Amino acid sequence: MSSTAEHTDVLVIGSGFGGAIAAYHLAAGGAKVTVLERGPWLKSADFEHDYKLGSSYTRAFDFVVGDGMSILGGNCVGGGSVVYFAAMPRAPRFVFDRQGSIGRRMWPGAVSRDTLDPWYDRVEESLSVAKQDWNDVSYAGGLWAAACDHAGRTANPLAVAIDNTKCVNCNWMMAGCRFEAKQSLLVNYLPAALAHGAEIRPLHEVQHISRTSDGDYRVHYNVIHDEDYRLQAGSGVIEAKIVVMAAGAGATPVILQRSEAHLGTMPRAVGRYFSGNGERLNTAIIDEKRAAELFGLDRGDGLAYAANQIGKGPTVASWDKLDGSLPEYSRYSLEQLYFPPGLGTILAQVPDAAGPTWFGREKKEILKKWTSWLTIFSMIEDDNEGVFGPPPATGNAHRISQQMLGRGNLRYDPTKNTLGAWAASDAEVKEILEKDGLAKVMPWTNDLVGAYTVHPLSSCRMGDDPLTSALDDRNELRDHPGIFVTDGSAVPGALTVNPAMTIAALAERAVPGIVQAAQRKGISVTYGAPAPDGSRSGRKKVLPLLPTLTRT
Amino acid sequence: MRSENERVAPDGELRTITLEAYADTIVPGQKRHDGDRAIAGVATGGGAVQAGALELLQWDATGIHDGLDDLARLVNEHATAYAAERSIALDPSVPPFVALEYDDRAALILLLTTPGHPEKDFWVMLSLFCNMAFDSAAHLPTAQALADGHPGLAAMGLSHPDADGLWRFKDFGYGRELARLHPDTTPSGSPA
Repeated sequence: MSSTAEHTDVLVIGSGFGGAIAAYHLAAGGAKVTVLERGPWLKSADFEHDYKLGSSYTRAFDFVVGDGMSILGGNCVGGGSVVYFAAMPRAPRFVFDRQGSIGRRMWPGAVSRDTLDPWYDRVEESLSVAKQDWNDVSYAGGLWAAACDHAGRTANPLAVAIDNTKCVNCNWMMAGCRFEAKQSLLVNYLPAALAHGAEIRPLHEVQHISRTSDGDYRVHYNVIHDEDYRLQAGSGVIEAKIVVMAAGAGATPVILQRSEAHLGTMPRAVGRYFSGNGERLNTAIIDEKRAAELFGLDRGDGLAYAANQIGKGPTVASWDKLDGSLPEYSRYSLEQLYFPPGLGTILAQVPDAAGPTWFGREKKEILKKWTSWLTIFSMIEDDNEGVFGPPPATGNAHRISQQMLGRGNLRYDPTKNTLGAWAASDAEVKEILEKDGLAKVMPWTNDLVGAYTVHPLSSCRMGDDPLTSALDDRNELRDHPGIFVTDGSAVPGALTVNPAMTIAALAERAVPGIVQAAQRKGISVTYGAPAPDGSRSGRKKVLPLLPTLTRT
Repeated sequence: MRSENERVAPDGELRTITLEAYADTIVPGQKRHDGDRAIAGVATGGGAVQAGALELLQWDATGIHDGLDDLARLVNEHATAYAAERSIALDPSVPPFVALEYDDRAALILLLTTPGHPEKDFWVMLSLFCNMAFDSAAHLPTAQALADGHPGLAAMGLSHPDADGLWRFKDFGYGRELARLHPDTTPSGSPA
């Protein structure tokens, strides 16, 4: 092959949780690390409060419409962490025993809540995850808590990776945090990786991977125009001994599918078993008078609520159905969420409409009550129904708009299990919020862009069974040694809670195995870096686990 | 499906009035003047048209800008067929979709966006951008749109940003305990 090809020790595809965490540890351990990120590199000062197409908001995320499922994901250096809402709960214990669509435990035997807890601890230390106080809770979260309480439920302020001393409750979290309150990877793992010599190349979209004659990998990429992502500004190749794939659950399997012609047969589970984390949204139109009467809520100026615009994403969740004694598909959490105008608003439906529900006269009337909307996010147990069809010519979707909007090849046809779980959670949201006339509630329609997930998972999942998992229990791609997958696609199934914490913990857990594989390829690298800020207590807890994560 | 003698000229005023009628069906507004045929006039205040739907649709950033002629032609063909099936007499002085009453325009869009319709993706995308013109003014700087009284952002009640174009809310919560915690909660705030 070309003698002019660039070389690196470890090539990381994607800079979200899976990519940034691996990049930091490997760079800190002494490896030469290069990160290719398909999106732009936006700094805190670049994050505008602006819905205009082409502002940082639309540059930072992708909305890919599939057949039956659409994915909203990050598309920038920092990946999903830049656009996420920083809710960081650990997955409930029962999740790791789920059987899902395969009729037997889908998680690897080596991973349980107990074995993952030390890695969760590491993430909590690294991202300063903390339980919020009621004083940190937004009006929307407070209203949801009051409604839950009134209906005989409990409600919890969420664990978040937010520095509340810096947060101004602008509710522009999905557009990147201008105030560096949100603990995205731009303020911890990525600067730490850079400090250890890692190189990050934005606007580099990987096309496929091939193999060199000496058993290393050659990664082929296109360079993307910095404003109009439909345009390409060149292409290139870089060779690496180890590849860490972390392009996100909507893109990692697509790159591997496209690579199959070069690398050989992919494990059957690549591009199958996709889960939307069981997500679904309901919009409630709050009766302001009833909110005041029922709960005594008052913003101090006579308003009870009317605060949809104010806050910081989800602040309160109800976990009453996260009960491991309940049967699978009947367990879910209900979380207050903010969803900004734009892509999602059209999916909200009018309760009790006589005409069309998602557009028209009556829809306009509820748009006029937008400040009194309360959005509730359900995360149920789905059936991993998603399958990726043949990959598009480039990227993970056919891009339509200059940024943001594309058409992908994901097909998702929900089973009765999933539909039943959605229906049960919808019914409970309605029961809680329509009690005593507090609100009128309707779920978002699935008829327009299918179901809708902001937490794509499981498209290249880990497990013990080669037939139903693409990765072994240490995140290495079966039959392709030296390729590791550390993003949400490795998570075996829906989590019933926000997944960033689990994705990050699994990425932390994968690093010792990647380091060992790198060492065996002659790379001078060691494991054992502290948290990005130098904290060491999390490291102390995981070092004794290393013998369980290395291969003999 | 198209016959030449039914074809409406896709450009110029006929295209504009057709797309305006479509946008007005998604988020209706009040007529701009007596005799306004594009806007059905079934709602008060500005709708998607006044919010700038045509400006957004025609911007190449959307990726649908170069398909608008076809969409206008297609929706008029569908309107002709819709009217024929229901024995609705269409005013020949305006494009067929514009000639439909509001409720028929809405019924036709529901048909075109029904799961399984072969053209569903096109009509959903057109609807999406019409809605975005109203609910987020995606063709305008948001702060400027608010300052200029953009009808959609104003109707939805979006507040104005600080002088630097950024939003900040000093008062953001009730500041009191409003529910019992779940009994199985870890010290750091996770499900046990």
